[in-house]
Amino acid sequence: MKHAAHTALGALAAICALGMSAPAIAAWEPVRPVEFIVPAGTGGGADQMARTIQGIVTKHNLMKQPLVVINKSGGAGGEGFLDVKSSGGNPHKIIITLSNLFTTPLATGIPFSWKDLTPVAMLALDEFVLWVNAEKPYKTAKEYIEAVKAAPAGSMKMGGTGSKQEDQIITVAVEKATGSKFTYIPYKGGGEVAVQLVGNHVDSTVNNPIEAVAQWRGGKLRPLCVFDAQPMAYDEQIADGKSWKDIPTCKSQGLDMEYVMLRGIFMSPRATKDQIEYYVELFKKVRATPEWQDFMKSGAFNTTFLTGADYAKWLETEDKRHQTLMKDAGFLAAAGN
Amino acid sequence: MEELVNLFHGFAVALQPFNIMVMVVGIVLGVLIGVLPGLGGANGVAILLPLTFSMSPTSAIIMLSCIYWGALFGGAITSILFNIPGEPWSVATTFDGYPMAQKGKAGEALTAAFTSSFVGALFAVVMITLVAPLVASFALQFGPAEKFAVYFLAFCSFVGLSKEPPFKTIAAMMIGFALAAVGLDSITGQLRLTFGMTHLLNGFDFLIAVIGLFGIGEILLTMEEGLAFRGGNAKINLRVVLQTWKELPAYWITSLRSCLIGCWMGVTPAGATPASFMSYGIAKRVAKKGNNFGKGEIEGVVAPETAAHAAGTAALLPMLSLGVPGSPTAAVLLGGLLIWGLQPGPMLFVEQKEFVWGLIASMYLGNIVGLLVVLTCVPVFAAILRVPFSIIAPLILVLCAIGAYSVHSSTFDVVLMLVFGVIGYLLKKANYPLAPLVLAIVLGDKAEEAFRQSLLGSQGSLGIFFSNTLVSSIMVLGLIALFWSAIQQGYTRLRGATA
Repeated sequence: MKHAAHTALGALAAICALGMSAPAIAAWEPVRPVEFIVPAGTGGGADQMARTIQGIVTKHNLMKQPLVVINKSGGAGGEGFLDVKSSGGNPHKIIITLSNLFTTPLATGIPFSWKDLTPVAMLALDEFVLWVNAEKPYKTAKEYIEAVKAAPAGSMKMGGTGSKQEDQIITVAVEKATGSKFTYIPYKGGGEVAVQLVGNHVDSTVNNPIEAVAQWRGGKLRPLCVFDAQPMAYDEQIADGKSWKDIPTCKSQGLDMEYVMLRGIFMSPRATKDQIEYYVELFKKVRATPEWQDFMKSGAFNTTFLTGADYAKWLETEDKRHQTLMKDAGFLAAAGN
Repeated sequence: MEELVNLFHGFAVALQPFNIMVMVVGIVLGVLIGVLPGLGGANGVAILLPLTFSMSPTSAIIMLSCIYWGALFGGAITSILFNIPGEPWSVATTFDGYPMAQKGKAGEALTAAFTSSFVGALFAVVMITLVAPLVASFALQFGPAEKFAVYFLAFCSFVGLSKEPPFKTIAAMMIGFALAAVGLDSITGQLRLTFGMTHLLNGFDFLIAVIGLFGIGEILLTMEEGLAFRGGNAKINLRVVLQTWKELPAYWITSLRSCLIGCWMGVTPAGATPASFMSYGIAKRVAKKGNNFGKGEIEGVVAPETAAHAAGTAALLPMLSLGVPGSPTAAVLLGGLLIWGLQPGPMLFVEQKEFVWGLIASMYLGNIVGLLVVLTCVPVFAAILRVPFSIIAPLILVLCAIGAYSVHSSTFDVVLMLVFGVIGYLLKKANYPLAPLVLAIVLGDKAEEAFRQSLLGSQGSLGIFFSNTLVSSIMVLGLIALFWSAIQQGYTRLRGATA
């Protein structure tokens, strides 16, 4: 009897395998619509990425159940993270993160940490570039920093997205590395920041490539350096005969600061191995589509893909680093009160 | 001239049968979305965005922008019939639209609202067609100080015009400011007034407050007055449309002024809400029948609707040419552009001619289609008021609850809506005006943010608000609006003394 059952199971598995085009059969699949939480407002970088993924999944039929994007931006994203944290054991909820995964609990004291969630995969890393208005004479980061140092302390304005988040962390780190002093002005969104720079209402920004590329191509902005360990990989010409690859690293310009932003996926707590595996496979398929590759190229993303233990280790390191950066900058909630 | 050639090419694109079909579907969906309070244009467009990925970018943007137009038209319907504004910029429409409906003139009010919306949108599209590059560079001059000046002007023109005692107006506005302050302080990154409650992290959403204050508050008032639903004798045939059209040209000055205000606000990009309030305020001040505003004056519907639509349409210009969305819906559309592989910015007009001019042509056509669709439905909408109150009130309540829930998918918001309903009822009983409160909730945190950004930049000096001609002139306009009645009184007294 036992033997017969095995044979029957084997036959069943064979039929299933024949029915599927992919060799790996996911042991778990969503049985109702999956909520895709964005801990930021509509139109921002994380939101764009989430909606692109949603579009790709729909267009290529990668999921049997719909993927629904929901923005929960309250409290610098804390609303979204708390929502996922409190949905333990619900595999139909995933969240895309930005650096507020680390900064929001530190700056606001909202009770959560990335360890409360289940890491799924790192999709990409977003770069940061130092931008100035193209009308200004500064051709290199060195020239610009000299000008900032020469000006009265605090008279040069750095525009950025949000307060006590990635843009301001970088600003403070630049100040520390060079002994300069900026006045940091927080705005709601990256696109707005880029336009404020075009209108000369601020002196520089650390916009992500996708937020400022249109203004660079329009000849309004000039990139000075990228805050990464090596130059970006894309060598397609963008403006005045330059490509992303031609932008030097800030370190090579004497500005010793590296910062990249996580675009990663997490699940609610207590997810099973099969469930994690399902989403990892899903995002592997998303990454293989031409739409995704176009999107990566248009935003000059660093396309590192990590899962499992490697991803967790990366998160661990970045978490420690953010604690140090935030503490040094005086951005911790306890210090602020 | 090159623009006109491009535009005709754009019409050729927009008039393809598939695109026309997409347009009609978009408008109808949009009207439905606009009628449901809370769902709103931005949510509607966001939900339907993935549907468009299989289309060409031009068809996709035509569909989405038509949903946007439809939602703009639809927002006026609930404002006029039930005093429930579905979008921030429909609030000013309720001031005279709802009293008109109560007087049995729902058909007239709806026709006036739809027609004005169309005029405003058309004016803005013509402006986009002719002066797009010029206007875009004007928008660049708006830093935080200039933005604050615009909000300041919106508040001032509202306080100055109010007939209620100034004390009550200011008190209501202060409650609004306090509510707007809840949530994350975007300048310091700290939480404010949340008392450790995760529900309050996002602050008080405008839509929840408005659905409660206006919608639920109104139902409570009507219940008290004996369940009678005024306005049941509204005319329900299409003749009302023609009759109203005969009346409308008399208000051409108000229309033109509202168009200009709307375009200016849309481009700056302060948005449609200050535009509608400002336009209503100024019309009330300068119109011959200004004293009747608030009691059901058709001009009081024309002014805010024209300005809101002109602004809503003009807001697409900074989005296309600068990549800065002028409204939440424009922000979602912006996301769509990027997904279709289009980079909004100065180069879009050069590199993607077919797309840009197809979109502009579809703005003309979409608005015409939209006007036809909603006007034919005027009798149907007006007939809703004939349904007995005891049947319609529970339905409105359910719609309000669904609307409040759909804003953040949270049941807490539904409770909050009911609380706001009771507050609205009490404030009305005590004769406190609701409009300043709502205005402060909508614009309070934006004004605060712009004010503090300016002061950060100027290192604390208030001089930044008078540092160049643009910002000083807006500030002076605001001060004049604020002290208008005092100035007027002083003037008459002066004249009395010399006579």
